[in-house]
Amino acid sequence: MSTTREAAPPSGAAAMEVDRLSVDVRTPEGTAHVVRDVSFTVRSGETLALLGESGCGKSMTAQAVAGFLEPVADVVGGEIRLNGSDLLALSAAARRRLAGPGLAIVFQDALTALNPVFTVGTQLAEPFRIHERLSRKAAKAKAVELMERVGIPEPRSRVDAYPHQFSGGMRQRLLIAMAVALRPSVLIADEPTTALDVTVQAQIMELLHDLRAEQDTALVLITHDLAVAAEHADHVAVMYAGSVVEAGPVGDVFADPRHPYTRGLLDSVPGSRNRGEPLRFIPGNPPDLRAVPTGCAFRTRCPIAREDCATHRPELSETGLGRAAACHYWKEAAHA
Amino acid sequence: MLAFLWRRIVSSALPLLVVILGVFFLARLTGDPANLYLPLSATPEMRAEFAARNGFDQPVVVQFFDYLGQIARLDFGESLRTAQPAAQAVLQAFPATLQLAGTTMLIAIVAAVVIGSLAAYRPNSLADRAASLLSSTSASVPDFWFAIMLVLVFSVTLNWLPTSGTDGTAAWVLPILTLLIRPFGVLVQVVRGSMVSALSAPYTKVARSKGADEKRVIFGHALRNAAAPALTVAGDLTVSMINGAVVVETIFGWPGIGKLMIDSILERDFAVLQAAVLLTALTIFALNILIDVCYALLDARVRQGVTA
Repeated sequence: MSTTREAAPPSGAAAMEVDRLSVDVRTPEGTAHVVRDVSFTVRSGETLALLGESGCGKSMTAQAVAGFLEPVADVVGGEIRLNGSDLLALSAAARRRLAGPGLAIVFQDALTALNPVFTVGTQLAEPFRIHERLSRKAAKAKAVELMERVGIPEPRSRVDAYPHQFSGGMRQRLLIAMAVALRPSVLIADEPTTALDVTVQAQIMELLHDLRAEQDTALVLITHDLAVAAEHADHVAVMYAGSVVEAGPVGDVFADPRHPYTRGLLDSVPGSRNRGEPLRFIPGNPPDLRAVPTGCAFRTRCPIAREDCATHRPELSETGLGRAAACHYWKEAAHA
Repeated sequence: MLAFLWRRIVSSALPLLVVILGVFFLARLTGDPANLYLPLSATPEMRAEFAARNGFDQPVVVQFFDYLGQIARLDFGESLRTAQPAAQAVLQAFPATLQLAGTTMLIAIVAAVVIGSLAAYRPNSLADRAASLLSSTSASVPDFWFAIMLVLVFSVTLNWLPTSGTDGTAAWVLPILTLLIRPFGVLVQVVRGSMVSALSAPYTKVARSKGADEKRVIFGHALRNAAAPALTVAGDLTVSMINGAVVVETIFGWPGIGKLMIDSILERDFAVLQAAVLLTALTIFALNILIDVCYALLDARVRQGVTA
């Protein structure tokens, strides 16, 4: 909507670059390397899906980027650049100034993420009160506007209602409204639809999609759902055991996976490519992050693993135009 | 809200009647006032005359219904000891207790909110452990012992503070400290507990993601959610403080309702005792209703009768 943004080229500059981010979690049984050298870039007006099973480190990556790690977790390396400036080098106050207009996050648990004792209007008005120092009245008018934008019926009368008076889907809309209030350059959506009914899920994804286009936001979509990624993302980064194992345009990656893990994931989804065959699955379980196998973390479950997979950790390296995979034998994986 | 208040007032009426009944009959078990107020050499005629003058010659049940009738006309009888109206004696003593209890609770709540929140902000930190040690000690020390120790140290040995009375700010220090320790200790623990869960709730993360600073997160978002349990306990502690005023008022010679009750029991001054207990009970009922109103103001879900 803003005229300056419209002038910017579509899929323009990198809004956020994450470079070799690593996060450790201290547990009583030892240190777990939950995020290991994760790198990705997301551009304005573009959606990047961080795809992976639960426990692969995708949510931890999102929390580290947003600055909301639990006290037991620490960023132990890497850089997070938002419009060029390194977030990790900023003071707490400087990061707070960016929380909202620079970087916003939609949390996964829509049912408990709204404060039960305040009206939704008060909560929606908060970003404007904090960052733009608007009066109560002006901020409330903005809140009504926001409610309208995210499709909440009768916003004028509903602005003074409390969270428990809204359905799960409506609450997720309110959370999204809060996150996009100040037109952030990067919006992280952490499993935004897990708590919701299937029909509502589609509506929420559509809303995120529209807001992204309207505000030229860079959207990072954290999901375990291949279909959601396929439908709504432009790029995908597949994570396994704390690392990105494959990245690229979503259509290319899904049509022609170049990492055995991505291939295994796609094969385990019923669809046209495996019609009539018994459904395949990846044998074994993801490794304990306190004791990840040496070399390639996936080798213990990999159908094409060789001896040097145990001794040399594969780097994420280019496999084609805009594509990368972390596998010594990606060519075999691609044609297996 | 008005309907809610009215329901609460009506439902308090029966327990109040039980209190009146209990005090009336129990007081009369303490013995015959004539033994205290008449000389040992009093003749049976003098005793009969004393009983008739004070209505003690009637059967107890009749006395009770007479008493109920008097209460209905807001007549609480006269003190046997001073011939002063009982209501006047009680109303003179009550403000001293209320001031003491009110000041103490205010200090306890403010201190507990600050210390409990700081402790909850970093669970298991040094500050948290220090607060935990302080609060559990404070909640477990017997108040009568603590009062006597305070007098011994600050009044007798150091001679800094008076041992009793109400003159000047200095006289307030020891009674307040004595009354403070338990509520303070208990409240710190309650505030800490509910703040730990409020601060780890998803809505505090959301507040931070909007750029709220820590002050706003702790005292704006978390504290209001943590207030309900603390309020319940604070109300309960206030009630026991008004009741427990007996100990402190006796030790420090504080002319409040606790001391008045003890004196009127010893003097078999039935009218004053009954009026004192009735007023205390009314205060406690009012306090409970006030707490319910506070809940409703704090949380819309209570107001609208939503569960969970």
